[in-house]
Amino acid sequence: MTTSTATRPPRARSVSRGGHPFARYALRRVITSLLLVVGVTLVTFILTNLVPGDPVAAALGQRAAEDPAIVAQFQSEYGLDKPLVVQYFTYLGNLLHGDLGTSTTTHNAVTSDLSSALPATLEIAIGAIVLSVIIGVVLGTVAAYRRGKASDHVLRVVSLAGLSVPTFWLALVLYYVFYFKLHIAPGSGRLSSDFNAPPTITGLYTVDALLAGQLDTFLDAAAHLFLPVLVLTLYTVGLLTRFVRTAVLEILDQDYVRAARAKGLPTRTVIWSYVLRGASIPILTVVGLAFGSLLSGTVLVESIFAWPGIGSYAYQAASHLDLPGVMGVGLLIGVMYLLVNLIVDLLYGVIDPRVRLAS
Amino acid sequence: MSRPTLDRASSKAAASDPALDLPGRWRRPRLRLGRWSAPLGIAGALVALLWIVIAILAPVIQPHDPLAQDLPILQAPGQGTFLGTDALGRDVFSRLLSGARVTIPLALLLVVMSVLIGAILGAVAGFFGRWVDELIMRVTDLVMAFPTVILAMVIAAALGASLLNAVLAALIVSWPSYARLTRGLVLGLRTSNYVVSGQLLGFSPLRSLWRDIAPNIVGPILVLASLDIGTAILLLSGLSFLGLGAKPPTPEWGSMVSDAVQNFDSWWLGVFPGLAILTIVVAFNFVGDALRDALDPKSRTLRGGGPTL
Repeated sequence: MTTSTATRPPRARSVSRGGHPFARYALRRVITSLLLVVGVTLVTFILTNLVPGDPVAAALGQRAAEDPAIVAQFQSEYGLDKPLVVQYFTYLGNLLHGDLGTSTTTHNAVTSDLSSALPATLEIAIGAIVLSVIIGVVLGTVAAYRRGKASDHVLRVVSLAGLSVPTFWLALVLYYVFYFKLHIAPGSGRLSSDFNAPPTITGLYTVDALLAGQLDTFLDAAAHLFLPVLVLTLYTVGLLTRFVRTAVLEILDQDYVRAARAKGLPTRTVIWSYVLRGASIPILTVVGLAFGSLLSGTVLVESIFAWPGIGSYAYQAASHLDLPGVMGVGLLIGVMYLLVNLIVDLLYGVIDPRVRLAS
Repeated sequence: MSRPTLDRASSKAAASDPALDLPGRWRRPRLRLGRWSAPLGIAGALVALLWIVIAILAPVIQPHDPLAQDLPILQAPGQGTFLGTDALGRDVFSRLLSGARVTIPLALLLVVMSVLIGAILGAVAGFFGRWVDELIMRVTDLVMAFPTVILAMVIAAALGASLLNAVLAALIVSWPSYARLTRGLVLGLRTSNYVVSGQLLGFSPLRSLWRDIAPNIVGPILVLASLDIGTAILLLSGLSFLGLGAKPPTPEWGSMVSDAVQNFDSWWLGVFPGLAILTIVVAFNFVGDALRDALDPKSRTLRGGGPTL
């Protein structure tokens, strides 16, 4: 996101360029995001290629690496003798063809590993973001309305404490308590062993099971979702609550809210149509941020629930120093995060005409 | 430096005129702590202090050698040892105490370094503008295009697993927030009267930044830094949990939790190191929150008369 542009002195607007203002706004945001995607690939390229560690020795072994003829042949075979710029474009070309290299732990193409793991992660990420946005908006609004009162302080302490919990530890403790001790939660994975995965339509087991009409599979998948979603929700809800509280507080001071209250509108109308509508831009911003921390959270949490998503994959790749695997995860999550922030930026323009007209 | 007489004259003039902002002088912020945040901040400070004392005294107060594998393995807490033993027969309590020596200094180092690097780059960007600004801010955009933990993980994996590399990776992802904050603050002050008047007196950019601007932007930066210590601890322990930080047998809290996943029955292996992380992060966050409350009037919880609905 480019907060920096806001502080720059306004440039003379070119009147000559026509087009719908929103289309222009959207186009500029898309281009910025594409540039950042290129930047993200540059980061992974630099990290894969320029970091200490000799790829020749790693691939061929020390003895072969001492023979200059073999080394030269290896380098020309993999294009390592070419200038870095050329190597980067080769890398980009491979990425565009969906080639992220081969994982050194699973010995599969990273792309196929990731695409089979992605739906599992999306399932918990979507669940957690929906849940934490609902809870965060409600708690944040309550805290703002009761500013200075006991409930505000309690919420403040709780959300601050929530931000301080190491997620991976919380996952471990909840898993231990709810599964191991209380036997309330089902075990690890996405389904119990006596269930088969529903026919793949979306890749989300709960949705697929409903579409196939398998109610018991749906219930089992939902039960397996419960703990991972709970952990990730607790992880992001503190952040959301605090931001929503601040955003709502800003709006509560505005004259139009006072006017709405003064003319006797019911509290519910004031909150929904005036306060939350006015606070929707900062709330959207933090939802984008929360999605980022959610993706980070999956990497730390999934492995504990043996949840077969990109988080577990990242954990496995990281602990085995499997560079193609780690870079693939970094690239995928980086692009997903950019995409979410692009959507958030575009929604700004939809919600607030000032955004698309002023800039 | 260049013209000491003029400098002294100007500050004297400023001091005699109460309407002027005092340049280059610490304006002591009025510490007005909210009714609730003050006790929490103090409690947080005490807990953080306790952990720092533990970190310093760990070699003296730990009952066992944290690396010695000479106790019965996987012993529950209270059966001979205070917090039990791990799968290699090491004393969990002693490892917990000496873990403070690993995490706390590195987290503090990380925050200090990110503040320094971020503040310097941000100040340069905000003060000089043009292509310098453009370059530095595009780099921060790039770093912030990734979720923090993900980029740190990618960098740490590329550099190779070691505690120092984890700190380096965390540093690379942490400085941009300070650069952005500092740049914004510097931009806001660059055209203010006392900074311009200093420049008219012939202050060099460095002197202008140091004498006129720095004292007035230190507060918000310190608040962010104090809130960031907790984040730094979480990030470093998270990287260690992923196996990208501390190497065995280093008693690092995140990797101790990671070991606990292997021995699920022995709950004490994971619970206590996690509690250690939790308590110290909560402590630093309460301190930071109370500081922000005191220094930043906008975030204050207690403002006169909330809305009555």
